Amino acid sequence: MATVAESERTLYPYVTGSSVVALKYKDGILMAADMGGSYGSTLRYKSIERLKPVGKHTLLGASGEISDFQEILRYLDELILYDNMWDDGNSLGPKEVHSYLTRVMYNRRNKFNPLWNSLVLGGVKNGQKYLGMVNMIGINFEDNHVATGLGNHLARPILRDEWNENLTFEEGVKLLEKCMRVLLYRDRSAVNKIQISKITEEDCTVFPPFSLKTYWDFSAFKNPTAGAPGSW
Amino acid sequence: MDHNTDISAPHSMGTTIIGVTYNGGVVLGADSRTSTGVYVANRASDKISQLTDNVYVCRSGSAADSQIVSDYVRYFLHQHTIQLGQPATVKVAANLVRLLSYNNKNFLETGLIVGGWDKYEGGQIYGVPLGGTIVQQPFAIGGSGSSYLYGFFDQAWKEGMTKDEAEDLVKKAVSLAIARDGASGGVVRTVIINSEGVTRNFYPGDQLPLWHEELESHNSLLDILGAPEPMSI
Repeated sequence: MATVAESERTLYPYVTGSSVVALKYKDGILMAADMGGSYGSTLRYKSIERLKPVGKHTLLGASGEISDFQEILRYLDELILYDNMWDDGNSLGPKEVHSYLTRVMYNRRNKFNPLWNSLVLGGVKNGQKYLGMVNMIGINFEDNHVATGLGNHLARPILRDEWNENLTFEEGVKLLEKCMRVLLYRDRSAVNKIQISKITEEDCTVFPPFSLKTYWDFSAFKNPTAGAPGSW
Repeated sequence: MDHNTDISAPHSMGTTIIGVTYNGGVVLGADSRTSTGVYVANRASDKISQLTDNVYVCRSGSAADSQIVSDYVRYFLHQHTIQLGQPATVKVAANLVRLLSYNNKNFLETGLIVGGWDKYEGGQIYGVPLGGTIVQQPFAIGGSGSSYLYGFFDQAWKEGMTKDEAEDLVKKAVSLAIARDGASGGVVRTVIINSEGVTRNFYPGDQLPLWHEELESHNSLLDILGAPEPMSI
């Protein structure tokens, strides 16, 4: 049935980024991702920026194959350029960019040559906050909080429990940090160099990278096999 | 999706290649072993290829793939330089390498490190691993021998080295990788690129430090024993 030549399909990713986590807060969207680029099980690159602004109203975060993400950024540059060239006072908002990316991702999936990414799209336009996700097979949706990869299993339960409509910037950042810390403990491909970014109606800021403190000083950690030698 | 492929096992690539920036330029380094299976087809290869007067590329992985990519990039850069009327920038060279690697990712098996000097940004190093990602870094390592160098560089690398410090670091690193990686060996070649130009250096095994369990080399056991030669009757 496969009429497409074997050489025309992407088989597997090489350099990959791990989870992205994002949530809506009072003034806009907050998004977080670490700066790691893994090469198989090696944590090869530790300064990859996986959160990028797109145009005036949107923030894009990506996990998965970094070369495909870099290519997507080039497609978006062209999209934004043509949008600006209309010079009509209008500009593409997060909803439109999400729609465009969904079409790109789904059409590539149909050709058995996917862009191997899960993308998080957030932004604010005309007072409307928007947060959505699209992945390599074209599944897309919007929600008040989203995550990719292991973040879906580790971060979203925390967000389902603690998110509310009226989070301040400080509360939002603390909540994201809580999620990123869990990912640091429990995701093998996480790297302790994190970027958080926020987008509001007025502007988009990607904050400088920082590292999170981790906590290991528990009595239960000190001699876990005391009662059962050989166990772990 | 193909569930049988082990997606977490990167291809092993015979070679050790390194690119390091210092204050004033870059130093590129590589070993010289080309192997086909267990046989060493070329023990004195030159893996650091010129793309333009001011930009060189370290090649790893499939010898054929890396050569054809660097040949195409050299060809495109030559035309680009004529059109531009001045030397191409390192960034342009690296992006051409990326374009070929990314658009042919299903066919190619080559990891490249592009390094050079231009008047706008000074010395720069760009890594282009399998898949066609492009990453600008203060230093880059690649090839199968690089597995043994992540820890070494984490500890030994520092910002703002001098030219000699940088070259010493590269020499030491390639030599350490050769000591442990069967697919790397031979001599250490380095290329230093800065505003003054390009310098190629060549370091055979006897000019490199000795590591754990390695011994001084001699012409013969007899030299060590100090015994007189047996008389012939």
